[in-house]
Amino acid sequence: MTNSVVDAPPAKVPAELTPPPGRWHRVRPWLPLVALVVFAVLPYSTAHLPGFFEGPLNSPGTLQLLAICLVFGGLAAGYDLLFGRTGMLSFGHALYFAAGVYGVDILVTRAGLPLWSAALLTVTGGATLAALLGAVALRTAGIAFAMVTLAFAQVGAILVARDFGGLTGGEEGLPLDVSGLPAALVGVTNTVNLYWLALAYLTLVVFVVHRVSGSPTGRVLAGLRDDERRIGVLGLDPYRFKLVAFTLSGTLAATGGVIYCLLVGGASPHITSSELTLSLLVMVVLGGPGTRWGPVLGGMLYMYLDHRLTAFGSSSAVDALPSVLSRPLSQPLFVLGTVFILAVYFFPGGLAGLADRLGPLRRLLPRRP
Amino acid sequence: MTVEPVLTVEDLSVRIAGLHILQGVSFTVAPTGVTVLLGRNGVGKTTTLRAVLGLTPTQGEVRGTVRMGARSLVDQPTHRLVRDGLGYVPEDRCVFAGLTVTENLRLAERRGSVPAYDRVYELFPELDRRGRQRAGSLSGGQQQMLAIGRVLLNDNRLLLVDEPTKGLAPKVVTEVAEVLERVAAAVPVLLVEQNLAVVRRLATDAVVLAAGRVAWTGPARDLLLETALTKSLLGVGSVEVHS
Amino acid sequence: MGTIVLLTLTGLGLAALYFLVASGLALVFGLADVLNFAHGLFLGVGAYATWWAAGNLPGAGPDGLGFVLAAAFGVVAGAVVAMLVELVMIRPLYSRTIEQVLVTVGLSLAGVALLQATWGADPRPFPRPEWTRGVTEILGAKVPNSGLLLILAAVVVLGGLLAFLRWTRYGLIIRAGVENREMVTALGIDVRKAFTLVFAIGGAAAALAGALGGIYFGSVSPGQGGSLLIFAFIVVVIGGMGSVVGAAYAAVAVGLLQQFVNYYGTSGAGDICVVALLAVVLLLRPQGIAGKVATA
Repeated sequence: MTNSVVDAPPAKVPAELTPPPGRWHRVRPWLPLVALVVFAVLPYSTAHLPGFFEGPLNSPGTLQLLAICLVFGGLAAGYDLLFGRTGMLSFGHALYFAAGVYGVDILVTRAGLPLWSAALLTVTGGATLAALLGAVALRTAGIAFAMVTLAFAQVGAILVARDFGGLTGGEEGLPLDVSGLPAALVGVTNTVNLYWLALAYLTLVVFVVHRVSGSPTGRVLAGLRDDERRIGVLGLDPYRFKLVAFTLSGTLAATGGVIYCLLVGGASPHITSSELTLSLLVMVVLGGPGTRWGPVLGGMLYMYLDHRLTAFGSSSAVDALPSVLSRPLSQPLFVLGTVFILAVYFFPGGLAGLADRLGPLRRLLPRRP
Repeated sequence: MTVEPVLTVEDLSVRIAGLHILQGVSFTVAPTGVTVLLGRNGVGKTTTLRAVLGLTPTQGEVRGTVRMGARSLVDQPTHRLVRDGLGYVPEDRCVFAGLTVTENLRLAERRGSVPAYDRVYELFPELDRRGRQRAGSLSGGQQQMLAIGRVLLNDNRLLLVDEPTKGLAPKVVTEVAEVLERVAAAVPVLLVEQNLAVVRRLATDAVVLAAGRVAWTGPARDLLLETALTKSLLGVGSVEVHS
Repeated sequence: MGTIVLLTLTGLGLAALYFLVASGLALVFGLADVLNFAHGLFLGVGAYATWWAAGNLPGAGPDGLGFVLAAAFGVVAGAVVAMLVELVMIRPLYSRTIEQVLVTVGLSLAGVALLQATWGADPRPFPRPEWTRGVTEILGAKVPNSGLLLILAAVVVLGGLLAFLRWTRYGLIIRAGVENREMVTALGIDVRKAFTLVFAIGGAAAALAGALGGIYFGSVSPGQGGSLLIFAFIVVVIGGMGSVVGAAYAAVAVGLLQQFVNYYGTSGAGDICVVALLAVVLLLRPQGIAGKVATA
């Protein structure tokens, strides 16, 4: 017979509050800043990286590829605010990105607005759209939410493809009318400015996501991801917090769309497809959902591979393989889809998780004095 | 008096979404009679039954040992445990509302064993009469009879019964208690129950949980004699002890 | 009058296509909680396997019984691929819903790319048996036979599915599992066997949609499944996420609405009306037309 009084469970100290000593941890907080500086001065380099890029680093082609990678790094980080940090599986994120791209394109090209007011209007419009559609979609949860967001995004794709009112240019897309734009953003020689703009966008997104997830709101969002009922028990309304996250994430995507439109000089209907949302999901999962740098790395790496694998697929090394291998390998999506599936099974934490797994290994290595 | 227990739970811990729901629970279930699992709401009684059955949600984490006789039950799929003779009557009955009464029973049939429809219909003639009715349209008491009936279709070594009288009218509670008394004459039962009148009538042994740990174990008689202890362990919210 | 009959029947033909895709999705979702993005791939596999068999399989051909054999080959291929997907990729992630969705997403990307790598991105002309090229006059409307074939196939599949669910042991397990999967295992039943079965059934139905859709559209292309899939998802949500009958009703509603609005309104307006219908259904009745029966 046991008649003992029950003790309270010992409080668990979170791992992050017990900093392991070491040089690495003193350097680590500064790494993002170092990376930012490296990326900022990168256009001054004429280095050739054969195999990685076609031309020297400061050539317009390379800068544009890098800038696209930066935009998608930011886009993935914004999407992770939904998926990794709040646990909402949205299949319609392409809609808000496309709203940014087409919004600014239409306002500049069709309505002749100056860029800054067009951009401001577009971002405001993207935020409103996300808030309205989010308010409806969030009446459902889980898988139903995924399907509903997918359906909403499909409307966007149809609107663009069918070219209602002759605004979007339909299947052909809508090239951006550059005549009214600031001269510094136009022309091949000015790609570097667009590159810096993309870098600024990425920095903004990382900053916003970081601030939000560190705030009380961010802790509620993390709580929603782990167990929604607990948040309900605390007397907080999950719906409102989710809507805030959804709107913020949509706004960031629309902003990215504006930059992307300037970068590639127009809009084409493929950015409205559900495939883009699926790619975002792949980026986040490959990078590591819910981590600070995982989605950014995932997004950049994905876009880089997506571009480079096309070149890789038509390279002589692949062509020399038997056709059973060379044909699938020439499809970037085949390679990325397969890598993605393997990542889901074997690296659930993505690239960021990989670093943690290698941590113990690194500690085993002899330290240099 | 040392009898081999039918079920041994040792140091069972369950963590779900970071919450420690059970923290090192140990008890045994005697091979005869009814062992009652008691405690206030939310102390982990249902979690204990579900952990024994391997029904803890995937994000949950279970540690400890559970043995039926000499066999370990941990890491076995639920359907295999049930086939090995662990019958489960869940909280809220969980009959299949869209299926007819007959279909609910047919679902419990197993290849290689003859279903004991005589036993079930003898205990619950109502189920025979209402065979074509959808289970969702049955009354709470009838649903409970169906939930118990489908378990009795096969032979069991132990029944896990979770709050069978919850939300039932007093007259029906008595009926359910009668049925359980007859069932327990043949099979040992691990029962979660809040109604002290039912506990008083059925229980041979008692295990009291508090805050995820075992606070008291022993013969049920001893527990019920000590009114003060009962009150402090089970809470003021419990049903008053009549009779 | 003739126009209305024609629109109704072509709308029903579209509904039939949606139903063939959605019925499997609904069963897989209802039982296993898997939102299967790879379902469009099963359709593609069925279409390409039928197309390949019509040209290469001995005994099969582009017409008559030969085509029936080719389509049967396509359906079996779809079922086998679906079964393998469940066994190899979905089962190890049992009840980890999000990971399962992610894997099907990856599979849909890689699978479509693989089809594209093998047979090219451009549409290939699909064999069209003689009878399906003709029209049948019904109440003054000349209705394409390929549409009627789709309707017939959908009705047969619906009847077959309902009979299977109603009268067989596995049908009973599936109906119970859609309501409460956990309780099915707690009765000593290995519910995962039923998962494999619903994947195979869904894969077969989607492959049939691929073969008959190939006739209907006259061509086959790698991305065909993907665009149908989104409307099939909508049908599943409106129909109640796990109900075959609900999916049938929703498919008819969606197909007719789309066809009529696209004809009388501007092209594309019908597609948007369908999404509006989805939004309305969700606001008024979040569980869909025939939502899961709530257990007390």
